[in-house]
Amino acid sequence: MNTSVRIETINEDHHDNGSTQVFGFWIYILQDLFLFATLFANFAVFSSTYDGGAAGKDFINLPFVMVETFLLLFSSISCGFAMVNLQTNNLQGTRLSLQITFILGLAFVGMEVYEFMHLIHQGVIPSVSTYWSAFFVLVATHGVHVIAGLIWMMCMFVHLSRYKLSRDNRIRMACLSLFWHFLDIVWIGVFTVVYLLGAL
Amino acid sequence: MENLKKVLGILSVLTLMSLLSGCDVAVLSPTGLVAKAQRDLIIISLILMLCIVIPIMFAVIFFAIKYHASKKDTEYLPDWGISHKVEFFMWSIPICVVSILAMLSAYFTYKYEPSKPLDYAVATDNNPLRINAVALEWKWLFIYPEYGIATINEIYAPTGRQVALQLTAQDTINAFWVPKLGSVLYAMPQMNAKLHLLSEENGRFPGMSANYSGDGFAGMHFTWHSVSNGDFDNWVSRVRRSGNQLNYVTYLELTKKSKSNPVTYFSGVDRDLYYRVVNRCVAEGSKCNEELMRLAAARSLWGELCSVFDVRESIAPVNIRE
Amino acid sequence: MFGRFTDPTAEAFSALQHEPIVLYTVLTIMVLGILVFTVITLCGWWGTLWRNWITTVDHKRIGIMYVVLALVMLVRGFADALMMRLHQAMALGNESAGYLPPDHYDQIFTAHGVIMIFFMATPLLFGLFNYILPLQIGARDVAFPFLNNLGFWITFAGAVLINISLGVGNFGRVGWLAYPPLSELSGSPDTGVDYYLWSLQLSGIATTISAINFVATIIKMRVSGMTMMKLPVFCWTALVANVLILMIYPVLTVALALLIGDRYLGMHFFTNDGGGNPMVWINYVWIFGHPEVYVLVLPAFGILSEVVPTFSSKCLFGYTSMIWAILVILVLSFLVWAHHFFTMGGGISVNTFFSVATMVIAVPTGVKIFNWLFTMYKGRIRLEPPMLWCMGMIFTFVGGGLTGVMLSIAPADWQFHNSLFLVAHFHHTIIGGVVFAYLAGLVYWFPKAFGIKLNRALGIASFWCWFIGFYFSFFPLYILGLMGATRRLQHYIEPSWQPYFIIAMIGALIIALGILFTVLQLLLVVWYGIKHKGRLPVRENDPWGDTRTLEWSISSPPPPYNFAILPSVTTLDAYWHMKTEGTQCKPTRFSRIHMPSNTSAGFWVGILALILGFALVWHIWWLVAFSFIGVISVIILHSFIGDHCGYYLSAMEVQKTEDAFTAAYLKAGGKEI
Repeated sequence: MNTSVRIETINEDHHDNGSTQVFGFWIYILQDLFLFATLFANFAVFSSTYDGGAAGKDFINLPFVMVETFLLLFSSISCGFAMVNLQTNNLQGTRLSLQITFILGLAFVGMEVYEFMHLIHQGVIPSVSTYWSAFFVLVATHGVHVIAGLIWMMCMFVHLSRYKLSRDNRIRMACLSLFWHFLDIVWIGVFTVVYLLGAL
Repeated sequence: MENLKKVLGILSVLTLMSLLSGCDVAVLSPTGLVAKAQRDLIIISLILMLCIVIPIMFAVIFFAIKYHASKKDTEYLPDWGISHKVEFFMWSIPICVVSILAMLSAYFTYKYEPSKPLDYAVATDNNPLRINAVALEWKWLFIYPEYGIATINEIYAPTGRQVALQLTAQDTINAFWVPKLGSVLYAMPQMNAKLHLLSEENGRFPGMSANYSGDGFAGMHFTWHSVSNGDFDNWVSRVRRSGNQLNYVTYLELTKKSKSNPVTYFSGVDRDLYYRVVNRCVAEGSKCNEELMRLAAARSLWGELCSVFDVRESIAPVNIRE
Repeated sequence: MFGRFTDPTAEAFSALQHEPIVLYTVLTIMVLGILVFTVITLCGWWGTLWRNWITTVDHKRIGIMYVVLALVMLVRGFADALMMRLHQAMALGNESAGYLPPDHYDQIFTAHGVIMIFFMATPLLFGLFNYILPLQIGARDVAFPFLNNLGFWITFAGAVLINISLGVGNFGRVGWLAYPPLSELSGSPDTGVDYYLWSLQLSGIATTISAINFVATIIKMRVSGMTMMKLPVFCWTALVANVLILMIYPVLTVALALLIGDRYLGMHFFTNDGGGNPMVWINYVWIFGHPEVYVLVLPAFGILSEVVPTFSSKCLFGYTSMIWAILVILVLSFLVWAHHFFTMGGGISVNTFFSVATMVIAVPTGVKIFNWLFTMYKGRIRLEPPMLWCMGMIFTFVGGGLTGVMLSIAPADWQFHNSLFLVAHFHHTIIGGVVFAYLAGLVYWFPKAFGIKLNRALGIASFWCWFIGFYFSFFPLYILGLMGATRRLQHYIEPSWQPYFIIAMIGALIIALGILFTVLQLLLVVWYGIKHKGRLPVRENDPWGDTRTLEWSISSPPPPYNFAILPSVTTLDAYWHMKTEGTQCKPTRFSRIHMPSNTSAGFWVGILALILGFALVWHIWWLVAFSFIGVISVIILHSFIGDHCGYYLSAMEVQKTEDAFTAAYLKAGGKEI
């Protein structure tokens, strides 16, 4: 009727397993990777359908994008420092590093919004041609992810001040940093495929 | 009781046969060269698969009877779960069957690739009849570039002469299908798909769109008349007597939605109309896709790498025979 | 203010005004809704409904809710099917033949496909996963109980959204995969395709959330000793199906998002102008769509691998072969999508590759069939309803496989493509393979969830109706396909086709009878429940006998915490070995058990997502902004004020529950252990 007892296997805290949560978040990241893979493939398919209009090349400003890239790369470093501080139980350091990450991320989003406004101002909007549709969808999807990350960080600040370095907060930080590094890696892809190769 | 069973069995077989023979099963009674090969392929693959499937179906019922729980005297092996011998056959039998079928499939795919002229026709040195088909909402436009004529919803072709069709569509994706002759092929906007068919018998064969394309889809049928050379020439001259002309203006009229259209003839067709339909530049002031591709190629590396310029070759206007 | 409602071309209420069928359906649904509402209010059930069901994070209750949703959608989707069969039986002649105008008929076949795949099969699948999977791996819950609840309510929102299209506006007239340019603004300017896009986006999000949950559950929550090669086959298939979901749903999400971009922002992905290319969509949806078929059918294989051994009183033959076959299918399912358009003119090499790859899938599938056959071989077969469904499945599914291999031969497919032969084939595999197996699973695990078996006689009647009805409905379609009938025909002109359509309609009516018997079975259980004042008595753990996996080692229905003491596993078919080796023992000492707390956040997200979808379909932008911010706020709020700590069931409560079960078990004639 009931099954054999082995006292040592009794696990009361069945749900509070932090490693399961981080693992779950890894799975989320993997499926997000497939989403971006599809978007990259989509961009590649439509990489020359300008419909007689402007090509990406005409508007790519590589130094500008390089600054964006470095903002995001440095934000990844500071995010890494936030995790290091978390490991050493330094709440103040964690908060500070995360604040730097937030500011760098915000600057990145600001630059991207500026870039989009600039394009739209010159009449380059998503409906111009399939190339630009694909461009805006790919770059903006990454941008929306970054914004989501920023909102998450804002919540994280409140969590950190309320619950300090609690177990839940450590799990949240682990997932957040995973997410942020993932966005960084995707950006490397965007930078390479859309901007560097697009400038050829 | 036994007799009753027998009678019932015979009756059911008879009904099935009469159901099947009472009407024309187009795919299994083809008149076209391609469709005949496809019928053979269908029957071969069916028989091959039945060799596996019938024993399985039989075994399910047989095991259920033989090893039914009520039969306590049959052998019972509750822990028999591994047998490498059985598993070897379990994997290898399907692999063998699939290998045979794969070879068959590859051979026929190669031989009857729709864009390739048919071997048979090449051997008899016959000059294909060219027909350019446009799927419109919801009718078929057939242009005979060599004769400078066009029709709505009707094809005439000489029996025994290879027909080289080129398919495109104006608005939505359709598919060209004459079941008696074989091979469906999509008619897609911006694309030029090539299909070779040949009828070996005279007759009237129903054709249709095989890809749902909206409200009037069900009414998108046409007739393929396979006739002798003399009848074909008569038909061409009959079409030429019609007063309708197919030019950019009348074509744009045709692109308006309409259902269940009657057969219509056009005695004259603008020479590069089909080219412009494929390249989407019938409307005044629009740039052809090919031109856009050239612009893109001049613009960036990717434009150059991604452009395909085989279009002009195959669908360029031809000289009209008198 | 009211978006497209003020636009007469959107025809917000024209179906209600002009189509009596729609009007009566909507009225019936409203009357039924009011009836249910009144009953719940009169009986004062709102409180329990809210506490025990709507806000629950118990995987067993969520599983039951999924199954109920799926059965309701089955009735909806099947009503569509009956209407189509009835129409086609009469539709000889021109457009006015039959009783449905093209506008309505086209909506019906689109809705039938979308509902059956996304809102019937998928929820049924997740219902079974939810209920059975944690029990089979000896877990007390899924990895993320809240996500489970959230996933259900978003699925629910998608299902409601798609059904709103019945009365308000109309549904897409584009076929279940909505090929552009027909589904672009140029081909479908009204709300139909928007309903399609947003309800599928919701369903996609929910499915992804649930898949993450189940993969994490299977990988991380297995009971100690249960290594991957000791995992029940159903769990293996669930794992592979969920991994597939995680790989393919993002593709669907992107494809839908791009079409949304085309329709809402004037982009040009799949349009005829601006550089768009409709054929790219066809590739995306089939890169999604083909593995989706395996998402549905692999768990069906898993169910068979549980049920056949139980009713053959034997272990599954060739467990290792089975697992490898499943993994081979996982890989191959990504290499075959282009067989859905051999007729696109892909050329010799493309067609050959996809043709051969498709046939290769027949190998692992065939291996599974042999596995089940050899499981039956030298067993002690009991023909209970679940076993009947399984035998029906094997018998029918091999036929579907046969026509599948015929279709996979590219040159033959050029004659079958989009004909009724194809329609008959995929119904052959989906009804014969998926539906029969899911119903087997439903009947098999029903006593686990409710303590009593479904009525046997009605079950057998239901099986035979489905089985015979299936052959009557779909064999005529094979013949019609060979006669040159294409799918999605609103009318036809060949008189010789009509007898076959009439036979097919009779078949559909026989299947309807089968569904009726299933509904009767469920009503009997409801009656039983009412007799016992809603408290189903706890019953024996192992009603079928000779069961093999852990879910049968605990009471039926299981207690909220599933396992009072987590079992430890040393072999495959753990429970079978415990029984045969007598290693089960009765625990005497219990300890407290941690439980997750209920939450209403998932419900509110679902409701707001429904409003969001509706507002997006009708272009009511202020409502879009409001509900979108609402969704985000609920999730953020949940992270702050939600109860993440859970609570403890004391050892005493556990003891009480277990003692009650033992008493009931002994009273029912169980042996003392």
